Amino acid sequence: MSTFLQQLVNGVTWGSVYALIALGYTMVYGILRLINFAHGDIYMLGAFIGLYASRWFNAAKDPSPVKALLVLLTSMLLSALIGMIIERLAYKPVRKSPRLSALITAIGVSLLLENGGALVFGEDQKFFPQLIPQKTIALMAGVSISNQQLIVLVVSIVLMFGLRMFVLHTRTGKAMQAVSHSHMAASLMGISVDRIITFTFMIGSSLAAAAGVLVALQSPKIEPYMGIMPGLKAFVAAVLGGIGNIPGAVVGGLVMGIAEVMVTGYLSPTYRDAIAFVLLIVILLVRPAGIFGKAVTEKV
Amino acid sequence: MSAPLLHLEKVTMQFGGLKAVCDFELAIRPGELVGLIGPNGAGKTTVFNVITGVYTPTRGRVMLDGAQVSGLKANRIACRGVTRTFQNIRLFPRLTCLDNVAVAAHQHRKAGLASALFGTNAFQRDEALLRAQSLEMLQVLGLGDYADAMATELAYGQQRRLEIARALAGRPKLLLLDEPAAGLNPQESEELMRLITEIRRRFSLTILLIEHDMKVVMGICERIAVLDYGLMIAEGSPSEIRSNPKVIEAYLGEDTAHA
Amino acid sequence: MKRFLAPAITLVALLALNQSLPRFLNPYYFQVLILVGINITLAVSLNLVNGFTGQFSIGHAGFMAAGAYGSAMFTMTFGQKIAAAMIAAHLPPVVAQGAMLLASLLLGGGLAAIFGYLVGLPSLRLRGDYLAIVTLGFGEIIRVIILNVDAVGGARGLPGIPQWANFFWVFLVAAIVIGLAVNLANSTHGRALFAIRDDEIAAEALGVDTTAYKVTAFVLGSFFAGVAGGLFAHYLSYLNPSTFTFLKSIEVIAMVVLGGMGSITGSVLAAIVLTLLPEALRAVKDYRMVLYALMLIILMITRPQGLMGTRELSWALFGGRRRGGSK
Repeated sequence: MSTFLQQLVNGVTWGSVYALIALGYTMVYGILRLINFAHGDIYMLGAFIGLYASRWFNAAKDPSPVKALLVLLTSMLLSALIGMIIERLAYKPVRKSPRLSALITAIGVSLLLENGGALVFGEDQKFFPQLIPQKTIALMAGVSISNQQLIVLVVSIVLMFGLRMFVLHTRTGKAMQAVSHSHMAASLMGISVDRIITFTFMIGSSLAAAAGVLVALQSPKIEPYMGIMPGLKAFVAAVLGGIGNIPGAVVGGLVMGIAEVMVTGYLSPTYRDAIAFVLLIVILLVRPAGIFGKAVTEKV
Repeated sequence: MSAPLLHLEKVTMQFGGLKAVCDFELAIRPGELVGLIGPNGAGKTTVFNVITGVYTPTRGRVMLDGAQVSGLKANRIACRGVTRTFQNIRLFPRLTCLDNVAVAAHQHRKAGLASALFGTNAFQRDEALLRAQSLEMLQVLGLGDYADAMATELAYGQQRRLEIARALAGRPKLLLLDEPAAGLNPQESEELMRLITEIRRRFSLTILLIEHDMKVVMGICERIAVLDYGLMIAEGSPSEIRSNPKVIEAYLGEDTAHA
Repeated sequence: MKRFLAPAITLVALLALNQSLPRFLNPYYFQVLILVGINITLAVSLNLVNGFTGQFSIGHAGFMAAGAYGSAMFTMTFGQKIAAAMIAAHLPPVVAQGAMLLASLLLGGGLAAIFGYLVGLPSLRLRGDYLAIVTLGFGEIIRVIILNVDAVGGARGLPGIPQWANFFWVFLVAAIVIGLAVNLANSTHGRALFAIRDDEIAAEALGVDTTAYKVTAFVLGSFFAGVAGGLFAHYLSYLNPSTFTFLKSIEVIAMVVLGGMGSITGSVLAAIVLTLLPEALRAVKDYRMVLYALMLIILMITRPQGLMGTRELSWALFGGRRRGGSK
């Protein structure tokens, strides 16, 4: 039983990282109907920016929680900027193109970030400094959580809660909801659709970057291709929850994280990469719109 | 009186809490030309969608030639001889006019997939015949010169006719026209009325038609059913419908002056 | 009689080239040429699903892997022995190996087609991106399974597959796929697929059995992806699961989209360009993939409909009929 609970703790922590990435996927999809394949690579960039930022703040030699927070914020801010640039340069021109062309563009951006990253950062693994020395906190007999895991959880929850408040209660957030329903109607109501789309990319990118830094805190090996698999799986998580649905992305991410940790623990680590997709296929066959999604029927 | 070709038996179509069509009863005899009218949102297109199998009715059933067709998939119903046009034109934009029509003739093919892949002689003959028939259908609708044009290159009125040509190529017994005169100018509407009368005679069709243009409806329909809020509020000859107070009420504010 | 002329000429030309090419083409260029042939098969077969039918499949590498491993396993367990027995019975090795290669390709293709059927089934309920993500997931599942099965070498890969495939076989298959696709495009069945792509609801209302056609497109597409995989296995004589990642699927989709959805000549052209491009960029090694990615993005921005749109290079050149024309 304690092993199970321990796995659950690990699963929830890992799942909250997926949830953070999935949020960006789901928001961009909700607004553009685009699978932004480059989103996982923003997560990678977030980790690398965090690495350079912590060197800049000299955080490796002299770690402190304040510096860790600064690193996190720097990474989120710069990644938001990168997200904006990508949207303006690559996605805006293909917004009215066939969906598959837009998808290929996203894949192109993804390849560009990965290989550009390999060029700039080098292909080999880099070590992310220990910004917060690891401590283990015992929860009960046989179940513990590290302080790093706790930080991942707390920061994720704060960010997700903040996003929810933002989307539900601010003008920009409400404008985002409007744009996701209909670009046309939103622009007729005086909303600048272009601005909202750019803004959505910025928020999504900063959340992914946060996920990148949080993961690097716990498992410090980072490399330019680290975003591919988590990116794909986070997208699956978004689909699980019902794509375009913000609480759905969170639940989908948690389900995914828990399922992966359980498969690794009880079955075999080599099947870990498959469980995400098995889960996906099962859900889509049983409930094609995802857990929280609404089925959409085409008007004839 | 002959047995009905199409019989809607107390058809109800419900979406969540909304009853788009309620206990709708309609029988159409072979060869009849019936109009279905009603204000916007009355459920007319829903009736078409139920007949053609896009929706399965929540209650009641649709009988074609005495056999139940509700519950069948849309393509099976089409093969039983019911084809339609769409209110918002749904042509195949990336196909030529001829190919648009040939798609509908598809159900009358003989050659199978394998013979098509290997281009056998039987297949070539079949294909030539299909093309000839499709071209003929284009000519009937006055689109013979546009066989190789892309469907989207046609003018609006021509696109409406192409949709009719396509529906006819399926060799239907029952043709459903969803607002065929929408967006046409008065002269085009006149032509359309002549055209409908002609194809009806030529292919001995039974036609059910949704239309807002009262001149068209009153001009060619022998019988008219009026829907309002999913309920049939009147049924009868054009002159009966014209003087029916319920109908006038339902249309109050709309241009009943034409009628 | 005329119908058999083009195939006969193709066959003779392929045999002649098969004998002559290796003599004056250096092995590196020759291998690139072989890859071009395999990629043409992959691109045209995916075009049947994505371009013709408008389904959104991004897991083609999975079908290729199924075909590659399936055919390789057949050859290594039975094919080689049967070929040896045939040679012992005084059959020429070319014939014996050719026959066994053909058998393995058909089996590999068949295995991929079964998977294609299974993946095609969800396409009846799922549309667009949802289907895309299921095909992606399927491709990944296949790869993970291969990684975990020791009998096929797992992560170490599968060495020792006899090198039976050559220029002749690779381009024969490519020619067959192109020929079938052209015939399909000009047939009533092809039109039904196009109709589904353009407007599924209208197609169904006109009596097109959309269910059957969508699954058929998946089965045909994955069969030929499997055959391409089999050729790949029997040419390189070594398989590794890392070949069949999501990236491989992306390569093939890029070919279809770049060529123009539904355009067969477009797919062929794009398969050639996108196979040669990374090779040509080898000169600038480190920048190779960056440039490839940039070109992909720029091409999509400047020509989102692909090089050819839905059109074809004039078939008149090949003595055929113009697509969609009345003759």
